[in-house]
Amino acid sequence: MFKSLEDIIVAEKEKNLPFWKIVMQDDCVELDISEEESFNRMKRMYEVMKESDKAYEDTLMSRSGLVGTDGKKVHDARIAGKLVCGDFIGRVIERAIKMGESNACMKRIVAAPTAGSCGVIPAVFITVQEEKGYTDEQMTEAMFVAAGIGGVIAHRAFLAGAAGGCQAEIGSASSMAAGAIAYLNGADASGIAHAAAIAMKNLLGLACDPVAGLVEVPCVKRNVVGAVNALTSCDMVLAGMISKIPPDEVFDAMRAVGRAMPENVRETGTGGLAATPTGIEMRERITSL
Amino acid sequence: MNLFDIIGPVMVGPSSSHTAGAVRIGNVARKLVGSDIKVAKIYFHGSFQLTGKGHGTDKALLAGLMGMPVDDARIPRSYAEADIREMAYGFFPIDLGDVHPNSVKLVLDGKNGRHREIVACSIGGGRIEITEIDGLAVSFGGDHPTLVIRNKDIPGQVQQVTTFLAEENINIGAMQLYRSRRGEDAVMVIECDKEVPEDVVGALEGLNGIVRVTYLSLK
Repeated sequence: MFKSLEDIIVAEKEKNLPFWKIVMQDDCVELDISEEESFNRMKRMYEVMKESDKAYEDTLMSRSGLVGTDGKKVHDARIAGKLVCGDFIGRVIERAIKMGESNACMKRIVAAPTAGSCGVIPAVFITVQEEKGYTDEQMTEAMFVAAGIGGVIAHRAFLAGAAGGCQAEIGSASSMAAGAIAYLNGADASGIAHAAAIAMKNLLGLACDPVAGLVEVPCVKRNVVGAVNALTSCDMVLAGMISKIPPDEVFDAMRAVGRAMPENVRETGTGGLAATPTGIEMRERITSL
Repeated sequence: MNLFDIIGPVMVGPSSSHTAGAVRIGNVARKLVGSDIKVAKIYFHGSFQLTGKGHGTDKALLAGLMGMPVDDARIPRSYAEADIREMAYGFFPIDLGDVHPNSVKLVLDGKNGRHREIVACSIGGGRIEITEIDGLAVSFGGDHPTLVIRNKDIPGQVQQVTTFLAEENINIGAMQLYRSRRGEDAVMVIECDKEVPEDVVGALEGLNGIVRVTYLSLK
């Protein structure tokens, strides 16, 4: 796996290959598999995301009773034309909520990079594909871009809320999605890196403070902010903006911020929203179930 | 780490550490027993005990012990599955001391008559670590074909085993040695780059000084 986005940017120039192919080839060596096998495996990951999106059950509640059925609310409001963000962003919101709820209800999802952040990439990818008509092969290439960015983040920082707070989960997912969508819209490795960096910068410092320690409140809704932030970060790069702080340094900053976070906002369910009077009351009710 | 650790696994929610990791601990424990499980006593420590119910850690671990993969749609119904398979199980709280917060101790009796006591933890992203087998400290992730070899604590055991594997053209990715006390049984944990054929496992067991060989296949 690559240690920096800069390494991938350099490799793109030296090998004259796209970002996705560079990370795929590198991984084929690590896993000792053919490019065809790797591509098909990744394509399958995207197919499962689409299956999970379709498999949402709009009457299901989680075991704790904290989440469920909100995906349907967004769907109905979108169909009724009530959403300020309009239909495109409305579909992104709807899918992110649905996937987060499916996860909480023990349905099948793709951890991307984690289960708690599993709604970000599918919400962005499936809706963008729907809108722009990309092929599944192009979407699979974008999946490799996302995974490549995630690999660099994992190397330089972390992908677990317990290690670095929610910025490491939703922040990383958002960063991965931003770079991937930039790729689909013609960005080179540098553009991909800057989209990823902007998305991460916007979520730096985000606490991981789940009520009762469950992947429900506020995790499900944070998938929405990760997804929408990915799209707006991508658009800034497509408009010609860059991250004033170089992308790899942004990931290093995420690590430093995560390290400095107190333990009560690193997935222990003891700080932030989890420690509010209502959060504590919810926890007590759930543990007595 | 590889790209499919970043995007993936395909899993039943809600938590890679508390659900998928628990399934994988069950999977590896089942393989270490080597058959279907007859009786499982499951002791949850720390965060597994505190938030396990809401994460379905109990259901996930049970499903794993029955050999279900992390994306098996039957995981939420694993209690009923266990009843169908006449597998007895119980969940208990435990304090294992200064260990990873997501730790569990498993006391298992296999249908093959083998008794195993395993301590494991879920270290994030669905990855796990087996930390103790039958009272001996070990450390391996169960993500490579792994040989767990219990041997007499006498000179030449490591050389004997590694030479044998080399002759079979099996490359070693990582290797660890453990023993509880000088002169008592020792344990070698060998993570291999490829699967070890059944006859090779059998032949290892026949080597002088080897007490028992447990093989964890990824198949």
